[in-house]
Amino acid sequence: MQERIKQIDFLGLVLWIFRTAIIVSMLWGTIATLMDNPYSARAWTDTIVAGIAQGSLYALIAIGYTLVYGVLFMINFAHGEFFMSGIMTATIFIAQPMSASGYLDRHPVIGITVIAVVTMLVSVGIANLTERIAYRPLRGAPRLVPLITAIGASFFWQYFFQGLYGSEVKAFPQIEVIVGKVNIAGIEILKSQVIVIIVTILMLAGLYFFVVKTKTGKSIRAAAENKDVARLMGIDVDRAITLTFTLGASMAGIAGVLYALVFRQIHFFMGFFPGIKAFTAAVLGGIGSIPGAALGGLFLGIFESVGPGLFLEGLGVPSPHQLKDVIAFTMLVLVLIFRPQGILGEALAEEKA
Amino acid sequence: MSKRLLAIFAMLLVASMVLAACGGGAAPAEEAPMEEAPAEEAPAEEAPAEEAPAMFECTDEIGCVTYYADEPIRIASALVVSGPNTDLGMDSQRGVELAMEFKGDVLGHAVELQAEDDGCSAEGGQAAGQKIVSDPTIIGIIGTSCSGAGVPMSKIMSDAGYVMVSPSNTSPALTDADSAWNPGYYRTAHNDKVQGKAMAEFAIDVLGVTSAAAIHDGDPYTEGLARVFADNFEALGGTIVEFTAVNKGDTDMRPVLTAVAAAGPPELIYYPVFTAEGGFLTKQAKEVAGLEETILSAADGMISPAAVEAVGEAGEGMYFSGPDLGFENELYTTFLEKHTEVYGIDPTSVFHSHAFDAANMILGCVEEVGVVDGEDLHVGRQAMRDCLDATSGFDGITGTLTCNEYGDCADPQITVSQLTAGEYEPIWP
Amino acid sequence: MKKSITTKEIIQKALVAGVIALSMSIIGFIALLGERELVKGWFSLGHVFLIAAPLAIAYVTVENMTHENNAKTLGVGFAIGAIASVPLILLAYIAVAVDIRQFLSNVSPALIELLTFGKDATTGSIYLLLLFGATGVFAALLNILPARVRHPLVIALAWMIGVATFSEILLGRLRSLLSRDLIKTIFAGKTLNPAFAVGVFLVALLITILWDAIGGSVKEKVAAFNPVQKKTMSAGKSLVVMVVILFLPLILGSYLSEVANNVGLYILMGLGLNIVVGFAGLLDLGYVAFFAIGAYVMGVLTSQGALGLDAGFNFWTALPISVIVATLFGIILGIPVLGMRGDYLAIVTLGFGEIIRVIAVSDLFKEIFGGAQGILQIPKPNFFGTELVQPGQLYYVILGGVLLALFIATRLRDSRLGRQWMALREDEDVAEAMGMNLVNTKLMAFATGAAFSGLSGAIFASKLTSIFPHSFNLIISINVLALIIVGGVGSIPGVFIGSLILVGLPELLREFAEYRMLIYGTLLIAMMLFKPEGFLPDQRRKRELKAEAELDGVEG
Repeated sequence: MQERIKQIDFLGLVLWIFRTAIIVSMLWGTIATLMDNPYSARAWTDTIVAGIAQGSLYALIAIGYTLVYGVLFMINFAHGEFFMSGIMTATIFIAQPMSASGYLDRHPVIGITVIAVVTMLVSVGIANLTERIAYRPLRGAPRLVPLITAIGASFFWQYFFQGLYGSEVKAFPQIEVIVGKVNIAGIEILKSQVIVIIVTILMLAGLYFFVVKTKTGKSIRAAAENKDVARLMGIDVDRAITLTFTLGASMAGIAGVLYALVFRQIHFFMGFFPGIKAFTAAVLGGIGSIPGAALGGLFLGIFESVGPGLFLEGLGVPSPHQLKDVIAFTMLVLVLIFRPQGILGEALAEEKA
Repeated sequence: MSKRLLAIFAMLLVASMVLAACGGGAAPAEEAPMEEAPAEEAPAEEAPAEEAPAMFECTDEIGCVTYYADEPIRIASALVVSGPNTDLGMDSQRGVELAMEFKGDVLGHAVELQAEDDGCSAEGGQAAGQKIVSDPTIIGIIGTSCSGAGVPMSKIMSDAGYVMVSPSNTSPALTDADSAWNPGYYRTAHNDKVQGKAMAEFAIDVLGVTSAAAIHDGDPYTEGLARVFADNFEALGGTIVEFTAVNKGDTDMRPVLTAVAAAGPPELIYYPVFTAEGGFLTKQAKEVAGLEETILSAADGMISPAAVEAVGEAGEGMYFSGPDLGFENELYTTFLEKHTEVYGIDPTSVFHSHAFDAANMILGCVEEVGVVDGEDLHVGRQAMRDCLDATSGFDGITGTLTCNEYGDCADPQITVSQLTAGEYEPIWP
Repeated sequence: MKKSITTKEIIQKALVAGVIALSMSIIGFIALLGERELVKGWFSLGHVFLIAAPLAIAYVTVENMTHENNAKTLGVGFAIGAIASVPLILLAYIAVAVDIRQFLSNVSPALIELLTFGKDATTGSIYLLLLFGATGVFAALLNILPARVRHPLVIALAWMIGVATFSEILLGRLRSLLSRDLIKTIFAGKTLNPAFAVGVFLVALLITILWDAIGGSVKEKVAAFNPVQKKTMSAGKSLVVMVVILFLPLILGSYLSEVANNVGLYILMGLGLNIVVGFAGLLDLGYVAFFAIGAYVMGVLTSQGALGLDAGFNFWTALPISVIVATLFGIILGIPVLGMRGDYLAIVTLGFGEIIRVIAVSDLFKEIFGGAQGILQIPKPNFFGTELVQPGQLYYVILGGVLLALFIATRLRDSRLGRQWMALREDEDVAEAMGMNLVNTKLMAFATGAAFSGLSGAIFASKLTSIFPHSFNLIISINVLALIIVGGVGSIPGVFIGSLILVGLPELLREFAEYRMLIYGTLLIAMMLFKPEGFLPDQRRKRELKAEAELDGVEG
């Protein structure tokens, strides 16, 4: 017993050194950067706004991870592909022809709405097809099994869509009305970034309301709590799961449209890295929690954007932005050492994890 | 497996390693005679009747390849034909195929291509290299597309006595005797040192800028080029305000561009990256405060129809360094005509002509050193190397090629084009 | 449960088959395989994959329906096949009428030519309909035929297609063994000559028929052996296996030895990750980190280029250091994640893998690791004065590593530590309550796993003579995880099978090029759906899985 205590002390020490080292180097870097003051206030706000916009996209994608995880306790690795499939299809079949005919500039609202609807339909379709074929037969299988099918599905869809639309980078048309900047409280922000942030807030609020207040939303939560009890209460669990995938994929679809509006460039591989980042965000915020996913996404986006400049620039690190993933994952480790269940995660999630 | 079995196995293993070592001493040498083996065996066993009065005897130091009557001369290509850089490799492969078509039969033998994929990675280059050298009937290799794949392949083919001519390896290391150069390696592509220097000269002399930033994406090609540019730019009296990098797969370039703006802002940004990241950089640079007036420039990784689409309006007026493709020779005109006729499209990337020349160099040397013996053809492997080494004043599409002792054969004409209304217009020199 | 089939069901099933065939066509897969002729002038791999979906679906459908009379069964088969061709026929008509390549870039003239057999749309459609119908009839026929006819037929067909598919590999190998005239009778270019293909079919058919006839009695005889005979026989088997493994490079030739080496490196990693994931149940998605560390330590210590340490290290002296450094990192990276479980562990380890790669590529450490330019001029291993250049020589180095790892893994599995790992996997809380030292147990798993991976990485660096950061990406971690799961989690022989399937096979099927990952993905899904426990499941793990599944069934 005594030996055990000693060991925990030793480990505690190591972890303490670990944490302190990270925090000290972060602080040191920050102070050094601020002393040096390489950036104007304008540059800081621009970077932060870019981070918030990127974080919003992460948040929307992370919702899908968190919803599915909450109900099925599986990491849906293919979620990034739901995000990619919708906007790829809508760009090729709707956005590009619409733009070529000039319709998109004449009726931007209708145009974008049609694009969004098609995107969501395709994303939801792909999600439910994947669930039906690759996930549903595996309910109750050991946890590694659906993880592997999810990885398989991710590869499958990536290269399926590569085959379908080709491997080259595709342009999403520029829409005249959202070019340029607006002035909000003295800060100039790109119109596209404003759209991303506002739509994300609306979507997250709507989703939260739906899941917490409506009867169908409650069926999802009931299925997440305990499938058997839910079944006994007359809830169609399969339907609840389908609904979960539908909700998650719709959010991913919306994220796809926003991505296209901001970055105006799409590719069959575009879902992979954002998918992993969004998964990181979901874990960071506490997997299974909707506000957690939103917060985690935002947190990750801002740190990736601001972190390299703030922590590393002052330390004289060459090419600091190359290391943004190091910052993102170090933050993740740091948060998880302090709070193993994530920022807003419930202890329950840990039990089931 | 029981303990005893394991013990026996271990003993056997040690024994076999000793055997491999003893036999291995001879193995590299053995490999070369193996190529001749069919030359010796086949006439003796299969066709004693054919035993011609003056039987060919191979005196080549590293062996000969023999093609009997009706057998095609075999060459291999190792270009990237899968993954994100497919366009680059397919384009070169079409160049090789057209060279074969233009050339027709060589010394009475048809020419056959064994096409392999270099995967644009070291592992891919290794696998493709091993596959090619396991075929003793291959006389030369056109490849690789990517320098990273070229490094292991160069070693493998050199050890096995082959020759390779790369149409698009540009890394300085590959022709540096202190680094990754091996005998038998040649290239028709320019060395990065040339392109980076040319771009720096263009920036200072023509654009008249004095401050610049360079951005790479962690790819060996882009990093090397960005660095050579930065070094030369400073050597010519300019200032590099920021040398920085993004990651492959990044989409949000605003933070890094903001940092570049804060550091200068520079008058010019040079980012010799590929289409995806380059598209994001171009479009977002226009939206970052402080970079509105900055001149944007990139390299041949972004000279393609897809890149024009990706940069969109933001790319208007942007500069691109790359090999000079305004080949004003009749050969190129015929080449383009044939290309459209055979494949139904225009070339998709920039190195098709280099590949065309590379294939012609190899086939030309086969023609030169091949020994016709009745209906058979013998080609010495060392003779091939000697022939390629001696390449001088070779008239190709890409210019007049002359190889130096480390295999740099290109006639490096670097040009800078400007993107005007969706077309790359060469403007310098 | 067999039941009679309705028209609606037939149409449904047929359309599923048709849509699958259509999907494979419009993504360019069929056209690409269409270039790969299997038997000269007869058919291509594209045809095989084109009819695969209707064949499989017709077969399964007919198998599950009540069999009334032969005519009706064959009719159902024909109907399924014929209806399945409808989507493709529509595609052919549309593609002929309008240019849809601006949307679907792979609907190429080559594809349409393949679908319409080079005829005009109408004639081609009739051919296609008949081909698919015949496929359906064939599927139905297979059901009706008695097993003694069906079995040899299927086996022989499979052999013929298999040999034809791998004909290029075969050709490469045979070229240096057989005379050129013999090669010419077997192959036409890269493809098989019809006569030889028929020969393969007939030989396989004969052997199978023979084996079906006498195989049973041979098996019985073997089963009736006395213990001594049985022992001799198993010893004989082991001896044969050992001899084959020892002389494999001679059998395989240099290219296939190279493939074997790649498989070997993955086996090494797989044996290591199998300890972490399979034995101890710790889900690690960043396993490539240790592979990279092993490779970079080897590179830095031995490179003769500018980045090399130039401290007189050679492969053999640097090898243990690489392994030790990787092991240390296994422990260092293991400490922060001790308290994390399941998916939290997964994402954090994934992060570690990425961190290591990003650090390797970064400009920050360019002076040490070479940044994007990597480390060049790493010498190959030297064995008593001989540089091991050939894949066939390096094979023995890798074989040595694999045997060592195999020995350690086997011994560890059956040791006290091994049982502790299993206890940890089954229930962490219970294990701790029983007084087990969780910290040591977990760290030992991470350390051992890292050591194997470091060993693999060090050999990899020396084998390649150059290393670049992009060789160490997430896909490697995923690949290793997938191979141990495909082989059977926790099963040591499973690692070997998994590596052969997921590393060896894709290497041999280089024709598939960009569709390799698509097939890989499909394979992973299919594997998990039909054989979730893996090819060679571990017996103990199998029992656990069953219990777990039952428990899950109760809990939901």
